Amino acid sequence: MGCVEKLNYEVLIRHCSFREAAEYIRKNTPEYYEVPPGFRIFDVHIIGVPPILVGVEGEHIIFPYTKPCHGTFLLRVVGGEEIESLRKRGKRVR
Amino acid sequence: MISAHEGGGGGTPRTALVMLGCPQLCAQTSGALFLLNELAACGIDAMVAGTPSACAHLAVADPAGHYLGAHMDIDECIAELAEGEQDYDFCFVFIHNDAGVAYAATLASISGGATIALIFGEHAEELASGLEGIRCEKHIIRGGHNPLPMKRTLREVVAWVALKN
Repeated sequence: MGCVEKLNYEVLIRHCSFREAAEYIRKNTPEYYEVPPGFRIFDVHIIGVPPILVGVEGEHIIFPYTKPCHGTFLLRVVGGEEIESLRKRGKRVR
Repeated sequence: MISAHEGGGGGTPRTALVMLGCPQLCAQTSGALFLLNELAACGIDAMVAGTPSACAHLAVADPAGHYLGAHMDIDECIAELAEGEQDYDFCFVFIHNDAGVAYAATLASISGGATIALIFGEHAEELASGLEGIRCEKHIIRGGHNPLPMKRTLREVVAWVALKN
């Protein structure tokens, strides 16, 4: 099971819609990828309506995290090996 | 005698996922219990997935477990489907907020079964527009407090499901 609490994350936006999260990544992230719903990153499967965007900013990955009662959070996490994995598995948009 | 879970066809029992959203709107709990009863009557095995609170609403309303059988955490359910470890013939999703739309779109992508979006509450029509282009059956249900529109829709939907091969 994915547990985001194990990650040392920073919340960039809280209680937003998945569209607002994608718009933030589109406007503010120098490098980003399109991934399918259910895409696994760290130990989390990303929930959302396509196109789901995941950004790379230096050593960090920026991705949407959705909870049923609280909407979507945009999280910024140190990427480590997940950055290369994202570059291989995601579809680069920018 | 054929039990509800053996069905009438003699083949492998069909399966359904009943995915719960936030339990904020009360029509979800009564609707889910009604749906579980209808599915069982059609011989369809159901798994319920939801947050601990959403599942607890069902468990409290059904203390003897007449309707609520197998249930699991919503994130574990998504993980199993995404990793290809499990799938269902039908995925029912209760939707009354933006997150519900996101879960339905995800199920439509990672499940090979039919996704059935049950969109209810004050903003149902607006939420339904968020599923345009997503491979799913959309049902817009007026209201979130009165469970009767939900019941009528569920009865129609399960009648359709029962006819599908």
